[in-house]
Amino acid sequence: MAQIRIENLRKSFDQFTAVEGSTFTIDDGTFFAMLGPSGCGKTTTLRMIAGLELPTEGKILLDGEDVTFHRAAARDIAFVFQLFALYPHMNVGENIGFPLKCQGMARREIRERVQETARMLRIEHLLSSKTSKLSGGDRQRVALGRAMVRRPKAFLMDEPLGALDAEFRHLMCGELRDLHDRIKATTVYVTHDQLEAMSMADQIAVMNKGRVEQIGTPQEVYDRPASMFVADFIGSPPMNFLRFEGGLRSGDRAISFHDTRLAVPEIREDRASAPLALGVRPEHIRFADAGAVRGEVFGAEYLGTTQIVTVDTAYGRVAARLPSSASVQIGETIGLDFAAERLALFDIGSGRAIRTASAEGVRHG
Amino acid sequence: MTAAATRSTAHSIVEASPRTKAFAGGLVILYAVITILPLLWIVATAFKSQSDAIAYPPKVIFEPTLEGYVNLFTVRTRQTPDFIAKLPPPETWYDKLVRKRDMVIAGPSKVVPRFVNSLIIGFGSTFLAVFLGTLAAYAFSRFRIPLADDLLFFILSTRMMPPVAVAIPIYLMYRQLNLTDTRLGMILLYTAVNVSLAVWLLKGFIDEIPREYEEAALVDGYTRLQALRKVVLPQAVTGIAATAIFCLIFSWNEYAFAVLLTSGEAQTMPPFIPFIIGEGGQDWPAVAAATTLFVVPIVMFTVLLRKHLLRGITFGAVRK
Repeated sequence: MAQIRIENLRKSFDQFTAVEGSTFTIDDGTFFAMLGPSGCGKTTTLRMIAGLELPTEGKILLDGEDVTFHRAAARDIAFVFQLFALYPHMNVGENIGFPLKCQGMARREIRERVQETARMLRIEHLLSSKTSKLSGGDRQRVALGRAMVRRPKAFLMDEPLGALDAEFRHLMCGELRDLHDRIKATTVYVTHDQLEAMSMADQIAVMNKGRVEQIGTPQEVYDRPASMFVADFIGSPPMNFLRFEGGLRSGDRAISFHDTRLAVPEIREDRASAPLALGVRPEHIRFADAGAVRGEVFGAEYLGTTQIVTVDTAYGRVAARLPSSASVQIGETIGLDFAAERLALFDIGSGRAIRTASAEGVRHG
Repeated sequence: MTAAATRSTAHSIVEASPRTKAFAGGLVILYAVITILPLLWIVATAFKSQSDAIAYPPKVIFEPTLEGYVNLFTVRTRQTPDFIAKLPPPETWYDKLVRKRDMVIAGPSKVVPRFVNSLIIGFGSTFLAVFLGTLAAYAFSRFRIPLADDLLFFILSTRMMPPVAVAIPIYLMYRQLNLTDTRLGMILLYTAVNVSLAVWLLKGFIDEIPREYEEAALVDGYTRLQALRKVVLPQAVTGIAATAIFCLIFSWNEYAFAVLLTSGEAQTMPPFIPFIIGEGGQDWPAVAAATTLFVVPIVMFTVLLRKHLLRGITFGAVRK
């Protein structure tokens, strides 16, 4: 098992920069998710860690050893691909045993290790099947088996559940996390699906345009987003942004939001007057006649336990998550009340979160 | 089955009606007959006597004889009946056959060495072209090569004019290099012509193989070359087989360069066969026998690789 450290890692292809200067450490035994939209550089970063791509600049350290320019095979890392990459000309057992065969291990030992791995993944009965006959989930298990059999220092997974259907993905999420808890291997998991990242990861790195925007636990990333991008990318529906213009003073517990005063978590930095955004999660909005912001109900989306109500206000459209029992009339004018201690403030110019009592100590990439 | 379901099969867009099927089958058989008939005629002519071969109207029923084959494999001299009568009795059936026509066998003909030349040059150049083509195609498919598109176009451009257009320069060049009438020279020439086709065809096939396969092998401990050999090649077999057949057919049948550049030692079958016609009258059965012999290796090679070929030629049309 290993700690992975990334230092100022940069990768450009011709004119295009895929990854720019990120630095972070993945602790031993952590399930680390890299989350972001497509093209954000998460897969490129992963491929550089694996040694399938060479960085333009920067360093990759495995347990303190600089492996930046080592061959993939010399890094003792396993990679699980989105397309599983099972060799069609080999059966399940041969596929799982392949990495050991590459290392030149004795045939008997290979067989034992393959058996053991298959038992762990509950696919012993499939060992002599053709890979083309397997279901998506079983293919995924075989791909995992091929990664596990070598007992590598770390697992790298590139959207391993991307090719599965939604129902199965959920099941495999549970299995993957369970597996991680049993073998405690450092895992780097790349996904664009926030639910996968939130449900499995110990740490999430949210990436955007080649930069790491924030690294934190799922709770931190959700509750205290470091930037408007993170706040917008995570959560469904995403955080609402209400624009206003104003200055901030350290120690204040309220802001002038247009014509009213709004209570916010204690502000920890001084700011000259600039375009700002008030960030509020849909579940932190209540309907109240005395609410600071007023608007007209535009629509409601029923989700079973809750409903998402969209309200047109003077500052833009706002989504609120209400209990499904609340009765809402479309076209009705209502007041919105925000949970003061959960509000976030952002600088629109830079997109960065403004330091407040609740958003203190957020780690940027 | 319900009435609605029955009706829907009658107008099915997936399943052809029996009449359409019969019509399509008939067309296929007709086409097969048209293409196979000349081949069968050649095979039959090889077993005819010289007079049967040129009989008019053509003879479909005839008395088979091995004279054509005997004539193909031997060189004969014409003798007077008196001389032949004085000879000791014939030792073999083919001696006897030849003496009936007032001739004696003077020695073996050049057909065997010419055939061996064809085999060595044909398969040698095919192997080289496919080998080089696979390596180049893999590189073009997987690595970031500066000016890759221009290089690929350059490779293709070597096929944009008929190779014979450069016959004279090549002849002069070969003469300087002492490559005329050598097997090596012919192998190099056919390889040069085929390699561009091989690169383009194989690049298509290798592009279709997800890179993840070899990347998985790289992570698991293989070197790039091992990954190519153990992971990529087994999956590219279809493409390699199809490419090999195309290359072999070209170098096997090539006539113009063979006539120009070979005359003795390295002469292949295509320039040799017309040579037979000139020897002592128009010996069509011997020509037919040579042609039959000439077609056999290609047919065998194609039959051996046919299960790859069908998928190979239509590659990319349907994703697995």
